[in-house]
Amino acid sequence: MERIPLWRRYARLFGPDPKADVSDELRFHLEAKIDDLTGQGWSLDDARREAERQFGDLRAVQRAGERLCQERERAKRRHDYWGECVQDLRYALRTLSKDRSFTIIAVSILALGIAANTAVFSVVNTVLLRPLPFPHSEQLTWLAAGRNLNAGLREAAGLSGVTYTVAAYEEFQRHNRSFQSITSYNPFLGNSEYTLTGRSQPQAVQGVMVAGNFFETLGVHPALGRLFTREECQKGGKPAALLSYSFWQHEFAGDPAIVGQSVRLSKESVTVVGVLPPTFDFGAVFSPGLRFDAFVPLVMDQVRNWGNTLAVIGRLKPGVSVTRAQAEADILFPQIKLAHPDWWTDYSSTITGLKDFVSGKLRRSLITLWSAVGMILLIVCVNLSNLMLARSSARSKEFAMRSALGAGRSRIFRQLLTESLVLSGAGAVLGLSLAFILTIYLSHQGSIALPLLSSIRVDGAALAWTLLITISVALLFGLAPGLKVSSGNLQDSLKDTGHGLSTGRKHERLRAVLVVSELALACVLLIGAGLLLRSFLKVLDVDLGFQPSRAAVIKIDYDDGSNATRRGAVLEEILRNIDAIPSIQSAGIADMLPLGRNRSWGLKAKGRAYAKDENLSALVRVVTPGYLAAMGMHLREGRDFSWRDAPKTARVVIINQAAARRFWPGENPLGRVALVDDQDTQVIGVLADVREHSLELSAEPEMYLPFTQADPEGAELVVRTSLPPAAIAPSIMKTLRALNPSQPATELRPLQTIVNHAVSPRRFFVFLVASFALLGLALASLGIYGVISYSVTRRTQEIGIRMALGATAPQVQIGVIAKTLRLALVGVALGALGSFAAGRWISSLLFGTRPTDPATFTGIIFLLCVVALAAGYLPARRASRIDPMIALRTN
Amino acid sequence: MDKTQLELIRGTLDVLILKALVWGPLHGYAITNLIRRQTDEALLVEEGTLYPALWRLESKGLVETEWGLSENNRRAKFYRLTPAGRRHLRQETKTWEAYATAVGKLLGATQPPLAGER
Repeated sequence: MERIPLWRRYARLFGPDPKADVSDELRFHLEAKIDDLTGQGWSLDDARREAERQFGDLRAVQRAGERLCQERERAKRRHDYWGECVQDLRYALRTLSKDRSFTIIAVSILALGIAANTAVFSVVNTVLLRPLPFPHSEQLTWLAAGRNLNAGLREAAGLSGVTYTVAAYEEFQRHNRSFQSITSYNPFLGNSEYTLTGRSQPQAVQGVMVAGNFFETLGVHPALGRLFTREECQKGGKPAALLSYSFWQHEFAGDPAIVGQSVRLSKESVTVVGVLPPTFDFGAVFSPGLRFDAFVPLVMDQVRNWGNTLAVIGRLKPGVSVTRAQAEADILFPQIKLAHPDWWTDYSSTITGLKDFVSGKLRRSLITLWSAVGMILLIVCVNLSNLMLARSSARSKEFAMRSALGAGRSRIFRQLLTESLVLSGAGAVLGLSLAFILTIYLSHQGSIALPLLSSIRVDGAALAWTLLITISVALLFGLAPGLKVSSGNLQDSLKDTGHGLSTGRKHERLRAVLVVSELALACVLLIGAGLLLRSFLKVLDVDLGFQPSRAAVIKIDYDDGSNATRRGAVLEEILRNIDAIPSIQSAGIADMLPLGRNRSWGLKAKGRAYAKDENLSALVRVVTPGYLAAMGMHLREGRDFSWRDAPKTARVVIINQAAARRFWPGENPLGRVALVDDQDTQVIGVLADVREHSLELSAEPEMYLPFTQADPEGAELVVRTSLPPAAIAPSIMKTLRALNPSQPATELRPLQTIVNHAVSPRRFFVFLVASFALLGLALASLGIYGVISYSVTRRTQEIGIRMALGATAPQVQIGVIAKTLRLALVGVALGALGSFAAGRWISSLLFGTRPTDPATFTGIIFLLCVVALAAGYLPARRASRIDPMIALRTN
Repeated sequence: MDKTQLELIRGTLDVLILKALVWGPLHGYAITNLIRRQTDEALLVEEGTLYPALWRLESKGLVETEWGLSENNRRAKFYRLTPAGRRHLRQETKTWEAYATAVGKLLGATQPPLAGER
């Protein structure tokens, strides 16, 4: 075989062509054959015909050949591509491991950014995006009464304002056409608090009464045993209970034999008919932050006269929208009311998707959180772009050499992209493990009153999200140096003097833009976090109307045989014994504490005419003498209850100032007669307002009734003591057990915990947003330090010349710091503008703080300038110490 | 077709091609000529099967190709054995020889079947 001379190598000028190769090869074969035949004396025409004849089906062979060769070419290209990738990967790993400090910084920055994003995405996905953990959960809806009340009045009525009577519930159930089933539970949880006895120690059990079709409607099947039978849900039926999975696990050690046995719940023998699956978490959906142990049938005939007691959930028929159901309800409820003139209201209802009900209030907070981590990610990208730019300018000679050796621009681009992918991939792996830890931590924060928190985990969607952000981050921060390299001038770079001033300046401008945007993002984050933090402090500063410090509370159990006289005696006995414990300053009992559960009853001033639709209700607390003192509430006028306020004596009530303002405007209510559920009751005291619903809503009308004259719903003993709760708990428990052997082993909690529980969602968000803002600040200061430091290094020679010409060290320092400040100010100015927009977006999340709060704005701007100054000071000091002689000699 | 020309047993063409390339790179036409000459014209390789076989061998990486000039100065595609091809040829040669010996033994057999084989 002879080599083809250079001048004949024109054939494949434009890359490989398998088709032409095949036909050339076959043509050569025929020509060689013809040559041979003519050599043997054949005529040219005959020889050609003979050659073709011998060959057979030329076209078929050619077609087969083309197919084969094309396939081979494709495979080869694929193989080359992967080969190059592997090559790039190896090269990237080598260069990155050589530049260890850069790699460590880059990977940890990325890991922090990706961890924050993955963790927050998991939260957002669980609470907002993922459907509720029920089959066809999009059909489930929440019905809230009080549609025709304004928001303030509805709030004033508390839970009673949005719940239904049994009659209203049954009428709607009977007449509606939009729902395949309607169910309910009793949200007044005090009705279903039990004590489990007959086992090692009396145990408090939080139960909830659910309608017979509750689990069928939700689509929950028991893990063991069965659901309630029709008989069990009727009056006089055999008492039955379903256990929650976790209660079954820790109380009965997961023993399946418990199904069918009976247990003693508050002195009643109740048969355990089944255990619910671990996936069903009632608290996570309906009552965040609470744990539920047992479910008992809600016997409608038993609660028929209890007033508004039912929280209602419906499952829509397939294909029926919430809007259509709402339209039907708007017509139906007034019609039902017409048939029942005795009803107090028409129960007109607002229907929302159950998902909206559960997480709708959190939407804005979560989206804010999501945007915050998105900004963190942007800052991370900008920071890494900066680092990569600095690195790529240091490596420009290497790239120039490679392209001089024949690497195409796209090839170098790919190399750079591989490097950034390797970096972001490593960051993602590290970030994912951080996110795993973070989500596990979050899902175990049972005391945070956020729905669905316990089911937060890094799932497939979160992994996909991580992959997406990893790749886009790599593209984003790999792009800047990539573009720079592929637009670079080869010869300039190869020349030994290195940094041409003009290209350097262009380069520096890009870096300045990056730093400015980084600072602007950090500024928006910090101002947003500052506003939220200030709101949080304002919330904590709210006058609660009671003093949570140095007070503790414990749930108690007592046996009064449903007799009010006996109840008075029993409770007086308990309180006398508790008061006798040294270090207890005061003690009292209430059925419900502030910031927790509530209910409302009708309240009117006697002798006054009210409009028909006026909302005449106030929240009810049933309390003993001493409770107000133990809570640290302020009685403005009048007296506290006394044990002489007995079932048969004159009915008495203490109201708060909000109730006084509402029912006796401009008058002194003391001594007046009020109608409490249409019974004459004398107002004996006026109490300073107490935050009942939450710290963030103003006080609502409220009344306090003595334990001896009203039916309580549970009992909470509050003690005010100088000792920490843990120290006093044993003696309190001993006293309670001595009086009532079935007192459950409940925890003596500091009163502060109920306040903490109430502010926990806000605390949670503020904590997260503030940590992200600090992370942003740290990254931004790192960025500005990097840029200034780099520019000092690059201008060493120039600074040397200046100093040689007489510039003093302070002048050089001021020059560098001024440059830093200029960058910082531009960034902060842009950031402040952005913050106005961000502030407006989060304004509904603020409390007592305007979105343009000047203190926050100036504080944060000042903080950023100080941080920028500090970041600029270090390089400035370095610049002022440059020795002109050395600087000039080295280059 | 001439009686003395034998039909190729399937699969043997690959070995023949590899063997033809043992002495150095050849183009397709030279391969047909070589096989015909070396087998005393007993084996006739048809072009319609030769070229697909060559291309398949190339895809398998047993031969590699290069364009070069033929003896009469034409551009031709030359095939050359790769180390993998050489290994393959050695192995196939052994298999083929064992097979041929075995078949030859039976066809040349003179012993009648044993009692148990009836």
